[in-house]
Amino acid sequence: MRIGVPRESRAGETLVAATASTASRLVKLGYDVVVESGAGGAASQPDEAYADAGVTVGSAEDVWSSDIVVKINAPTDDEVTRVRRGATVVSLMAPARSPELVERLAAAGVTALAMDAVPRISRAQSMDVLSSMANVAGYRAVVEAAHAFGRQFTGQVTAAGKIPPARVFVVGAGVAGLAAIGAAGSMGAIVRAFDVRPEVAEQVESMGAEFVTVDMQSEVSADGYAKEMTEEQEKATAVMYDEEARAADIVITTALIPGRPAPRLISEETVAAMRPGSVIVDMAAANGGNVALTVADQEVVTANGVRILGYTDLAGRLAAQTSQLFGTNVVNLLTLMTPEKDGALTLDLDDPVQRGLTVVHEGEVLWPPPQVQVSAAPKAPAPPAPAEPPPPKKKRPMWMVFAAVSVLLFLVATTAPAPLPEHFFVLTLAIVIGYYVIGNVHHALHTPLMSVTNAISGIIVVGAMLQLGVDDAAVRTLSFVAVLLASINVFGGFAVTRRMLGMFRKADQ
Amino acid sequence: MSAVSIAVGAYLVASLLFILSLAGLSRHESARNGVSYGIAGMALALAATVGLLVHDTDETLPLVLLVVAVSVGAAIGLWRARVVAMTGMPELIALLHSFVGLAAVLVGWNGYLYDEGLTGSLYRIHSAEVGVGVFIGAVTFTGSIVANLKLSARIKSAPLVLPGKNMINLGALAVFAVLTVWFVVSPNLGVLIAVTAVALALGWHLVASIGGGDMPVVVSMLNSYSGWAAAASGFLLDNNLLIVTGALVGSSGAYLSYIMCEAMNRSFISVIAGGFGIEVASSGDTDYGEHHEISAEEVAELLADASGVIITPGYGMAVAQAQYPVAELTSKLRARGVDVRFGIHPVAGRLPGHMNVLLAEAKVPYDIVLEMDEINDDFPRTDVVLVIGANDTVNPAALDEPGSPIAGMPVLHVWEAKDVIVFKRSMAVGYAGVQNPLFFRDNTHMLFGDAKDRVEDIVRQLSDIPQQASR
Repeated sequence: MRIGVPRESRAGETLVAATASTASRLVKLGYDVVVESGAGGAASQPDEAYADAGVTVGSAEDVWSSDIVVKINAPTDDEVTRVRRGATVVSLMAPARSPELVERLAAAGVTALAMDAVPRISRAQSMDVLSSMANVAGYRAVVEAAHAFGRQFTGQVTAAGKIPPARVFVVGAGVAGLAAIGAAGSMGAIVRAFDVRPEVAEQVESMGAEFVTVDMQSEVSADGYAKEMTEEQEKATAVMYDEEARAADIVITTALIPGRPAPRLISEETVAAMRPGSVIVDMAAANGGNVALTVADQEVVTANGVRILGYTDLAGRLAAQTSQLFGTNVVNLLTLMTPEKDGALTLDLDDPVQRGLTVVHEGEVLWPPPQVQVSAAPKAPAPPAPAEPPPPKKKRPMWMVFAAVSVLLFLVATTAPAPLPEHFFVLTLAIVIGYYVIGNVHHALHTPLMSVTNAISGIIVVGAMLQLGVDDAAVRTLSFVAVLLASINVFGGFAVTRRMLGMFRKADQ
Repeated sequence: MSAVSIAVGAYLVASLLFILSLAGLSRHESARNGVSYGIAGMALALAATVGLLVHDTDETLPLVLLVVAVSVGAAIGLWRARVVAMTGMPELIALLHSFVGLAAVLVGWNGYLYDEGLTGSLYRIHSAEVGVGVFIGAVTFTGSIVANLKLSARIKSAPLVLPGKNMINLGALAVFAVLTVWFVVSPNLGVLIAVTAVALALGWHLVASIGGGDMPVVVSMLNSYSGWAAAASGFLLDNNLLIVTGALVGSSGAYLSYIMCEAMNRSFISVIAGGFGIEVASSGDTDYGEHHEISAEEVAELLADASGVIITPGYGMAVAQAQYPVAELTSKLRARGVDVRFGIHPVAGRLPGHMNVLLAEAKVPYDIVLEMDEINDDFPRTDVVLVIGANDTVNPAALDEPGSPIAGMPVLHVWEAKDVIVFKRSMAVGYAGVQNPLFFRDNTHMLFGDAKDRVEDIVRQLSDIPQQASR
């Protein structure tokens, strides 16, 4: 089958759905791949690069007449009419927000796969373009902020005075937020972050940022006040946003609620109270923005000199990188759908991943998909506290054991005939010494310790030797064997211990 | 000054040397001296005993026998110690324990066969000592043999589950008690044979019903038994050196086993009584999703870009003999400025400290080899974790699945690192027979194949990646 990769028609689009390297992987799956001439130009993928990778570079007609059309943005009305009936279209579609597009695709009799409808289960991670793009966008948001910010991010003490590090406040610790935290941190800024899900605190801290918590005084109030609690919580959170934003040089907001406009988190007053020269990057601008003054795709400079960046094409500003990631997600999807690697696309609607992203199947609308059974896939890092601490050990009444043992030994010592009390005396002391001597053994030395005690327990050879002196054939034979066995133990044990210890060395030796 | 008093003096000094030896073995810095003390103590004890023997007997036959037995034994022992592969260490140590056990049995039998002319209560005590000595020795003997066979994979390591196995063990103890009383009342060869047989069977059954996952504890426990066997012989022969040394070994071995049980969060008694992982896994069919594969080349790239790497080896590294390539990888990465450390789980391998010995053999500096508690908090700050042949010791199910057979066992929190690479032959389960959800985590990548070959691949790939100047 033939895969066509068209040039994106949307104005200013820099991305391409297949780079030379991902296209060549599609070829390896058995497909013929045609890329429209100039499709990858803005993503540093010239036509020659495709040609070198064994991919055909063709005209728009060649591309649109393919069996499978792979692109970034949802096809326009015009483009839908160009797709062959029965062909398959793979792209971003936002099917939940664009019912008329779904209708048109159905009317055109095509199969439509929405890359942005991949179910969020761990098996489908490798095809999740939203994660890939958010990751790049989070990084780029920091770069944009650094560009607009009139200072360095990193703190230094120089001959010309001290440079304080920039303070960055990231709202929302999803993929984009975490990427922004990492990028800002590695540039030397002090990063603080907040997310309404307290369980992501660990992830935030793992990226080197400080997780901001909201003070909740009445947290342990009695039941029945849930509503009030929420209000109080909201108020406390708003105060926190205000304080954090005022203290920060850079604010990056990434808060999104699926299927709803972005929540308004930073108020006009807060922006007005920020220092001149501060920068806000509102990554939720496309959905209305988290900041009061955000204008999508614009840079707004407020009266007090705060710059609010509402760019919605942050991922597209790293065109080569994003195209590569998008292309790899597409390759992973087509690998899943080409089990025989024979260039024949097979759609398995019983597979929850494939079912989830199939919006239209041969003219039949399949959106919305049934709820995906999210498997018991463990989510990224485990919750901070293991389920439950091990139950406290039962305290055994030590003194009782001690008393019992003492009485027993006392009885033996006073009642048993001659050599026995002395033997017990020695035995008891030796046991105690053995316990204390071993008390602090270094873990790495367990094996040498064991082999040396093993050698020492060969001391039984002494007993066997003394029995050799007995003038009795049977006794001598047995003790001869015993001496031999114990000698193996003594010599072997010490030799092997020495050999082991000889290997332990310090780094500088 | 008689020959006997000289010998007693020498035995006292030897006992002190043994104590110093064990104390020295607790720390790296003093470990070598510790062994020297032990050898000195043993040499002194042997010299004193030979002196005693020469003094006591006019014949030459015992001396000839002595020289022959010791030389043959020494030759065999030194030869085995020289040729044993470090991965075969657990088997060798288990085998050596069995020798002590057998020697104790023989000494006990001799105690019966040789009539010292004791009478009355002394004779009865003597008989009881024979019974106890033979019993402990025989249990040690067969137990160690089974441990050796299990460790060398000549018999299945899965626990033997006989119906009512606890009753069998308790019954054997009861039978032993009855037989000992009988033996004290009327000492005869038949009863002694019966005691020996019961003890041999009990030793076999005890260790056979303990699963392979608990083998480190078993080996350490057998070490303790061999000490008690020597101590019992000391009672029998009225020899304080044997009692002291046996008790030292016995109590230190028991404490060592206890430390290890703590590390696995397992009851000491239940390990000794047998039965780890016998409970049927309740969540066997949980769907954990899919695992992600990775190639050696990609691993090399990850490592080259990392600033902190932790390697957590397990028994699989020993099986694949991968410690040398791992050491080479370590030194290459360290030369690039990557901070490489090792995290060793207390029960990794089949012997306590097994991994440390292997890594030391491959010349990995011991101060970058850390134990679980020292390194567990560092995983979130680590870029890449290499899990080489470990499974149960890195299983998050121990923390988050209360129904898991390994629930509650402390594990290395490898999944907190940015990327985890798991070296594995296949997706098979680990020793405890438990599936490992680690393999299905999003930040886990599986590198399948022989651990040694794979690590060598990585080392080769790593040489092709130019070093970044900015480090």
